[in-house]
Amino acid sequence: MVAAGSAPDPSTARIAGPRWLLAELTYRCPLHCVFCYNPLDFATQGAELGTDQWLRVLGEARAIGAVQLGLSGGEPLVRDDLEILVAEARRLGYYSNLITSGVGLNEARIRAFKDAGLDHIQLSFQDSTRELNDFLSSTRTFELKSKVARLIKAYDYPMVLNVVIHRLNVDHVGQILEMAEALGAEYVELANTQYYGWGHLNRDRLLPTREQLQRAEEATNRFRDRVGSRMRVFFVVPDYFETRPKACMNGWGSVFLTVTPDGTALPCHAARMLPGLEFPNVADADVATIWYQSEGFNRYRGDAWMREPCRTCPEKVKDFGGCRCQAYLLTGDPANADPVCDLSPHHSRVTAAVERAREAGAAQPIVFRDARNSRRLANNPAA
Amino acid sequence: MAADATLRLEDAPRICAPFRLQYEPAQSAWVLLYPEGMVRLSASAGEIMKRIDGRLTVDGLIHDLEAAYPGAALRKDVLDFMEAAHGRGWISAGP
Repeated sequence: MVAAGSAPDPSTARIAGPRWLLAELTYRCPLHCVFCYNPLDFATQGAELGTDQWLRVLGEARAIGAVQLGLSGGEPLVRDDLEILVAEARRLGYYSNLITSGVGLNEARIRAFKDAGLDHIQLSFQDSTRELNDFLSSTRTFELKSKVARLIKAYDYPMVLNVVIHRLNVDHVGQILEMAEALGAEYVELANTQYYGWGHLNRDRLLPTREQLQRAEEATNRFRDRVGSRMRVFFVVPDYFETRPKACMNGWGSVFLTVTPDGTALPCHAARMLPGLEFPNVADADVATIWYQSEGFNRYRGDAWMREPCRTCPEKVKDFGGCRCQAYLLTGDPANADPVCDLSPHHSRVTAAVERAREAGAAQPIVFRDARNSRRLANNPAA
Repeated sequence: MAADATLRLEDAPRICAPFRLQYEPAQSAWVLLYPEGMVRLSASAGEIMKRIDGRLTVDGLIHDLEAAYPGAALRKDVLDFMEAAHGRGWISAGP
């Protein structure tokens, strides 16, 4: 272990520190959302870090430059030490964001978070209707979420509403935005499903059609015209419909650090599934050593790892070759170009997935994210 | 969010929620933090923003900067920056 505060290794002097820390405090969650990006085998992973370990991680990541903190999971509210972690985050100078389903957020806790210095709360909804919200999360939570949204406003928090969008709710975008307006949200993220983890497993059921997306974008633009600058609405088209990849994580090991419930440090929250890569654990090494020196964080840093068509592509400085996890999921090799790019020789796999979802998606069974399914899938990944 | 009225010299602006200003040693810069984002301020923008405390007036802030950087013609640049910051909702005119 390298002591915190020791002189930086000259070979790592050009690597900037992280700016974002995503603390996935737990995989426990009262919801069972079909689009969750948590790993399929979450139920079989190691024990959660304790409070003291998280306090150390917060301090070590802050010392090398992390300043935006996401407190996430799973549902972070199931941790009863969350107030302690929030207070320490504020003391260290983080801008902290609680990313929550709202389940477990009562008035006593929100007051404690305010006193501890929590900066904002991102509340998820699954849909504008009780029926679909409750179906997609496999719970009865719609009324509770509406109540939590009112609490967030009452405690003078800026509110970000996050609604994951997919084929089953994409036609409700207009109503979802009206619901957000009625709840007093300042920011709304219409976050199209990212096809990792459970979202990838359920992809054939969840990928919308191009026509649905077009209508949803039109509804979003009409809403923006009406409300003006009172609300900011983010609508990101799912990358399966693009011809250039996203600048995933702003580049591997560039600004983003995830720590999973058992302490595994990752350059993105889906990276653990990548084959042939060992990711370090914060129990075994300090965050600076992990960030600057571990093989896991250095493997796809910069562009030396790239193959064609990325290696000689002028756009590599903009998109960093796209997403390593998507390259692995769709081509079998994380060092390939993200096949979303139409310069990739594998781009047809993306268009074929969109086509298959349109043709056969409705006939596929839907798999809820719960511990029983997770254990089943961990034992038999091909199932 | 975006305010329509312009700032007056006698206003004592303050930084508005949800924005938070702080100095980041790791970036050698003042940054403005907000939900899911961060603006890294230039050195001159940082010098202006760090003086905004809800008590110092716009006019007082300009005098303060002129005292710190004697000989520089700052007034127009400072006013332009503060107007832009006001338009983006980073600062408001008063309490």
